[in-house]
Amino acid sequence: MWLAACGGSSSSGPANINVWVFNEPSGSFKDAAKRCTDASGGRYKVTLNALSNQADQQRQSLVRRLAAKDSSIDIAGMDVVWTAEFAAAGWIKEWPTNLANEVKQGTLPGPLATATYQGKLYAAPANSNTQLLWYRKDKVSSPPKTWAELIDQATKLKTHIEIQGAQYEGVVVWFNSLVQSAAGTIVKGTQVTLGQPGEQAAAIMSKLAHSPAADPSLASQHEDENRLAFEAGSSYFEINYPFVYPSAKTDVPKIFKNMAWAPYPGIDAAHPAKAPIGGINWGVGGYTKHPTEAFQAAACMRNEENEKEAAIKGGLPPTLESLYSDPGLIKAYPFAALIKKQLATAAVRPVTPAYADVSLAIAKAVSPPSSIDVGGFQNALRGTLKDAVKSQALI
Amino acid sequence: MSTVAETTAAPARKTPKVTDRTKAERKLAWWLCAPAVIVMLAVTAYPILYSFYLSLLRADLRFPNDRSWVGLSNYGTVLSSSLWWSDVWHTTLITVVSVAIELVLGMALALVMHRALFGRGLIRTSALIPYGIVTVVAAFAWRFAWSAAVGGFVPKALGMDFDPLDPTHPFWNYVVVILTEVWKTTPFMALLLLAGLTLVPEELHEAARVDGASAWQRFWRITIPLMKPAILVALLFRTLDAFRIFDSVFIISNGPNAKLETVSILGYNVLLNRLNLGLGSAVSVLIFVLVALIAFLFVKGFGTSLAQQRGET
Repeated sequence: MWLAACGGSSSSGPANINVWVFNEPSGSFKDAAKRCTDASGGRYKVTLNALSNQADQQRQSLVRRLAAKDSSIDIAGMDVVWTAEFAAAGWIKEWPTNLANEVKQGTLPGPLATATYQGKLYAAPANSNTQLLWYRKDKVSSPPKTWAELIDQATKLKTHIEIQGAQYEGVVVWFNSLVQSAAGTIVKGTQVTLGQPGEQAAAIMSKLAHSPAADPSLASQHEDENRLAFEAGSSYFEINYPFVYPSAKTDVPKIFKNMAWAPYPGIDAAHPAKAPIGGINWGVGGYTKHPTEAFQAAACMRNEENEKEAAIKGGLPPTLESLYSDPGLIKAYPFAALIKKQLATAAVRPVTPAYADVSLAIAKAVSPPSSIDVGGFQNALRGTLKDAVKSQALI
Repeated sequence: MSTVAETTAAPARKTPKVTDRTKAERKLAWWLCAPAVIVMLAVTAYPILYSFYLSLLRADLRFPNDRSWVGLSNYGTVLSSSLWWSDVWHTTLITVVSVAIELVLGMALALVMHRALFGRGLIRTSALIPYGIVTVVAAFAWRFAWSAAVGGFVPKALGMDFDPLDPTHPFWNYVVVILTEVWKTTPFMALLLLAGLTLVPEELHEAARVDGASAWQRFWRITIPLMKPAILVALLFRTLDAFRIFDSVFIISNGPNAKLETVSILGYNVLLNRLNLGLGSAVSVLIFVLVALIAFLFVKGFGTSLAQQRGET
C-alpha cells in the first residue's frame, strides 16, 4: 500500500491529485483533502501544495506553470477574478455538463457568476468573501450608512478609517465597488464603460484620503495592516473581510467585546451599496493527467461539510446557500445573513482575459488615493483602460 | 587592457609575415576556444536573439492563439509610452546619484586601505563585508530599518512624523534606495580603485613633494590622471550594474510604486505578471541597447584616455 501511495500517478494505485492553493492558516483545506481522499475509496489521493498568501504571487506561481503546460497542476485554487484569463488561455478545463449541474445546485448566484466565463462553468466556487464595515460600538452610536457619513463621523470622533489604499488588487476592489454602487461599470468585455460614476468614485476616495480621518499610511495599507491598526484600538472604523472577526477574538478580547458590523457603505440613500465579492474557486488544470478524478476531488473539496469547516475555523464565507441557515455556522458567524445579502447584489470585478492589465491600470490610477486628480481622472483612466483591455500597452 | 593597447597601436605597425608555425598555432587557438565559444553562444547569444525575435511578435501566453508577426510595433508601443521614459528617468537618477556617491566614498576608502600602516588585511576584509551580503537581504535590512510601518528605528531617530517608505514620499523612497545601493557596492568600487592606486609609482609622489607640491595637488595632478583607466573601469562596471537595478528597488518599494519604478521592474511586470512576452521582450531589448550604449561610451572614453597617456594623440 505504501508503494502505491508513493507512485501516485501509476495506474495501479490511487491517482495523485495535486491541489495548489494559498496556505490557509486554520488547516481547513488540509482536513478537506484528507476527508476527500478517504471518501474516494482509493480512487485518488489529494495532496495540498501551499502557494503564497498574496494573491499576485499566487497567480504568478500558477500561470508560470500553466503557461508551460505543467501537468502536475490538477486543481488550482483560483482567486475569483482569474476565471476569464485562465479559461481563455486554456489553463483550466470547462466543467462537463452533469458535474456542472451538480455544482450549480444550491450555490449562491454571486459566487457562481465569478466561476462562469462566456456562459460556461469553469470552476467550482469554494468560498466567497465580502467586506463589511466594522466599528466600535462603545464609541460609535449609530453606524454610518454612506461614505460621506463615515468620513464625517470619523472626523468628529478624531479617529481613522482603516481601508486598503496601497497600489495592489485591494485598492481596485474598493474603486470597483464605489463605481458599481454609483450605478456604473468599468469595463465590459473589450468596451471601456467608465463614465460619470468613475469620477464620483474617485471623488470619494480623494475626499477620504484628504480628510483627517485617513490613516497616515493609507497609501501603503493592505488588509492585514488594517486589521492590526483596528486591533491596536485607535481606529474605530474598518472596511475589511470577516477574517478580522475571529482574529480580534483571539488577539484582543477587550476590543472584540465592542466590535460590531454594518453593511458596506453606499454612495447615498438612493443608491444602496454594491459590496465587493472575493473568494476562491477550484479550477481543474488544463493539462492534468487525471481529469475525471480532479473534477470529483474539486467537487468534494467544496461539499457542505468542508465548506462549513472552512467557514467556522478559517472564517471563509461559504458559497452554498443552505449553510447560511445552519445554526452551527450562525453561532460562529453572527453576520452570516448580512454576508448572504451582500453577496446577492455584490459588485463583480471586470470579467476580461486581460484582467491583469486592467487591474494594474486601475491600481496605478487610484493609488495613492491622495494623489488622485478628480477632474482629469476619468479621461486619463479611460485612455489607459482602452489599451489595457487589448493587453498590448505598457502599463 | 593589453588587447586595447594592441588594437590601437596596430595600424602604426607593418603587417608581419605569417609563418607556418604561427598559422598552426592560430588554428590550435581556435580549437581551444571552441568549447567556450559554443557554451557562450548557447547561454548568451541564443537567449538574446530569441528575445529579439519574440519582441517582433504579438506573443502573449494568455492568448496563445493570437501569436502573430507585428514587426517593430512593440518597440513603437514602448517608445511612445510616457511610462517607459519616466522609468528610464527614475533609473538614470538612481544610477547617476548612487554611482557618483560611490565614486567619492570608494576613493576615500581606497586611499585609507592603500595608506593603512597596520591591519591592512583586516581593514580590506571588513570593508568588503557589505558587498558579500546578498542584495535582497541587505535591502530587507534597510527596509526594516527605515519603514515606520514595521517599527524601523531610523524614522524615530530622525524624528520623522511620516513613513519615509510610504509611496507618498518619493524623495525619501529614493534616499533609501540610493543609500542601500551605496552601502552595498561602495566596497566593490573601493577595491577596483585600490588596484588602480597601487599602479601609481611612489617616485612620482616623492619627486613632486621635493618640488613643493601639496598633498592636494599631488592627488589631483598625479594620482587621478594615472588612475584614470582604473576609475573608468570601476565607473563602467558600476554604471552597468546600477542601470539594471532590480532587487533593492523591488524589496524597498514593497509592492508597486509608480514613482520608484525602474526599467527592470517594468520589464518584470510585463513579462512575469502580464505574460506579454512580445512587449516584455521589447522592453528587455531596449534595456540591453541602453546598457550597450553606456558601455560603448565608456570604452570609447577610456580608449582615448589610454592613448593620451601614452602620448599618441
